[in-house]
Amino acid sequence: MYNKKVKLRALFLFLSIASIILIVFLVLKSLEENVVYFLSPTEIKNLNETTTEKIRVGGMVKDNSIQINSEKINFIITDFKNEINVIYSGIVPNLFQEGKGVVAEGILKDKNFFKAEKVLAKHDEKYIPPEVKASMGEE
Amino acid sequence: MFCLIISLIIFITSISSLNNEYFFLKKNLNELLFFKFFFAMLSFFSLIVLFINSEFSNETVLNNSHISKPLFYKISGTWGNHEGSLLLWLLILTFFAFFYFLKSKNRPTDERLLTIIFQELIILGFLFFLLKTSNPFNIIYPVPKEGLGLNPILQDPLLAIHPPVLYLGYVTTSIVFSSSLAGLIKGNINNLWAKDIKKWVFISWTFLTLGILLGSIWAYYELGWGGFWFWDPVENISLMPWLSLTALVHCVLVLEKRSILHSWTVILSIITFTLGICGTFLVRSGILNSVHTFANDPERGLYILFFLFFLIFLSVLIYFIYEDKLELNNKNLNFYSKETSIILNNWFVMYFLSVILIGTVYPIFLEVISNEKISVGPPFFNKLIIPFLIPFLIFMSVGPNLKWIKNDNFSNKIKLIIIFILSIVSSILVSKFFGNTTLNITILLVACFYLFFTTIKDFMKKNFKNYAQTISHFGFSLLVLSILMNSIFSKEITSNMRVGDEIKFTDKIIKLQKLENTAEANFLKLIAYFKIEEKNKTDLVLEPEIRIYDKPETITSEAAIKTDIFKDRFIVVNLVKENEYLNVRYQEKPFMVWIWISAILISLGGVINIFKKNEKPIL
Repeated sequence: MYNKKVKLRALFLFLSIASIILIVFLVLKSLEENVVYFLSPTEIKNLNETTTEKIRVGGMVKDNSIQINSEKINFIITDFKNEINVIYSGIVPNLFQEGKGVVAEGILKDKNFFKAEKVLAKHDEKYIPPEVKASMGEE
Repeated sequence: MFCLIISLIIFITSISSLNNEYFFLKKNLNELLFFKFFFAMLSFFSLIVLFINSEFSNETVLNNSHISKPLFYKISGTWGNHEGSLLLWLLILTFFAFFYFLKSKNRPTDERLLTIIFQELIILGFLFFLLKTSNPFNIIYPVPKEGLGLNPILQDPLLAIHPPVLYLGYVTTSIVFSSSLAGLIKGNINNLWAKDIKKWVFISWTFLTLGILLGSIWAYYELGWGGFWFWDPVENISLMPWLSLTALVHCVLVLEKRSILHSWTVILSIITFTLGICGTFLVRSGILNSVHTFANDPERGLYILFFLFFLIFLSVLIYFIYEDKLELNNKNLNFYSKETSIILNNWFVMYFLSVILIGTVYPIFLEVISNEKISVGPPFFNKLIIPFLIPFLIFMSVGPNLKWIKNDNFSNKIKLIIIFILSIVSSILVSKFFGNTTLNITILLVACFYLFFTTIKDFMKKNFKNYAQTISHFGFSLLVLSILMNSIFSKEITSNMRVGDEIKFTDKIIKLQKLENTAEANFLKLIAYFKIEEKNKTDLVLEPEIRIYDKPETITSEAAIKTDIFKDRFIVVNLVKENEYLNVRYQEKPFMVWIWISAILISLGGVINIFKKNEKPIL
């Protein structure tokens, strides 16, 4: 016959293990659902099939590629090997300029066409996205 | 130039003070600590002087300053960069080591000395780091004529005080860390220790809260995204130590009053400090894929990583060796007691902490093992944190109304139930009024209102003493409430406009009237005049700016915000190429100002606690 205290302790232990398992499960499951993959234009070119999931594309804004009218902004993201057309209607950050690094989040229409929902740039004008640096280094 | 020598002297004095602790014991430790602080101060001020005089023979000044910059930003530029901010960090570290020694006279001598030894270890680590990888006094020859300028986005009064405040918070955790390790070794972790360390925990917590608040406000008006929190890695990193510190604040109180939870308190202080250093490592090394990333240097990250592992290893080792010195508690916990509800809430806080930790670290982890780059977005955090806020808030409202040890008579029960019904009614009313139909949010509203009303009830109680806690909890309920309202009922429109264009937004017409150019000290200013027409109301003119800086060549947007107690009207414009179209975003954000007010209330609770006299423990 176990006394009350031991029983209580066992219950406590059981509850904490159960809750930890539940939490780990929950976290992993929602991680799976909510991650956004980060690709460069070259990686998009090499995709076998286009995904319908939300992705991020990173690279440099190509020179003389920004076009703007009252509804939308069009521009080209390049990693100096491949490039992709981006269409976007929304606010762009301050450091969104031709020849500067940019990250666009949105949905891929096909391998050459990307519909952005968000455009991010970095705080620092010296910053170049790592993957762009890598592909520039290879050249 | 001469400061390099001074830094070396500090370094030597720290070593000698380390030795002194063993050999001469405390004889002149006080003076030594003061000297160290004095030298750190001297080198920091000389760096400021270098910045003011625009000495471009100094590499740090060269990279971060410019002759035409206003004096205020020349000074704030001192800590607006990596090298200078580390020097500031060191300055605060030495100051607190000195200050701790002054203020801890009632503690056992050997415990104080051990605390100082751990503190010296941390100072030494950062000193080496400073000298090795980021010496702020590197000399450049030949002397360049002009500096490269400070990143204009950092030229802002709020961001001038944001880093020092945040650092004060981080660095104070090091005292808590050192002291708990020292107390552990000496077997001194008890309610008296808790009483003394409590002040430090509150100082740290208050500064960290304010630091995060300042950063948020800055992001809100400077980055032009119209939000104040983006679940960005850099933001998460400042939130994680805050969460564990919040848990620690409560834990220390339980330890003081009830003499339980010894080991948990020690573990929490270790976790808090490690997370603080971890934050520095992740931000400085550039392995985070953050939108706040500034240019950085991998070597620095590597060094901090080593230092971090060393500290973690050391503290874990000490913990396991000396663990048996901790008082065992055989006290039974009663479910209906204050301490149980604090422990439960501690668990929730740890859960929030681990969610954020996983969300922040997982992308790095995945990149290392599979070379895939991902980012974890706001939906992940919202989904995992918001549902658990509901029980969290309810415990937070009921807990303070319970008594320590055991709650026998439930005199409050009826009142609490009445308040609960009241909060259900008011949340249903709010949902109806704003046309919200989601059940989850209504439930969360109930929990929020419950805390809101219970804290108000506590204010009205007779002979009421616990102002600090009630104010902080009230602030928290207000914070969650206003964030909720803000995120559900915000409206926005984005468009590209030329002069003379107008757009319709709900029942308003937004018109771009004219553009105006002016030159300021170190930038050109382009002001856009927007008129917002609304039926039956006077027209509102908002004037967002675009600033074009020369050194370095950068454009920043200054949002125009019209704040009143119900909502913020926020407009920001952006230049896209040299084009006739302006990129415009107009937002209406309800209860924005209440988010700032509630965060100030939360930290006010901390301030009151710092100055409050100690009460007697109930054992």
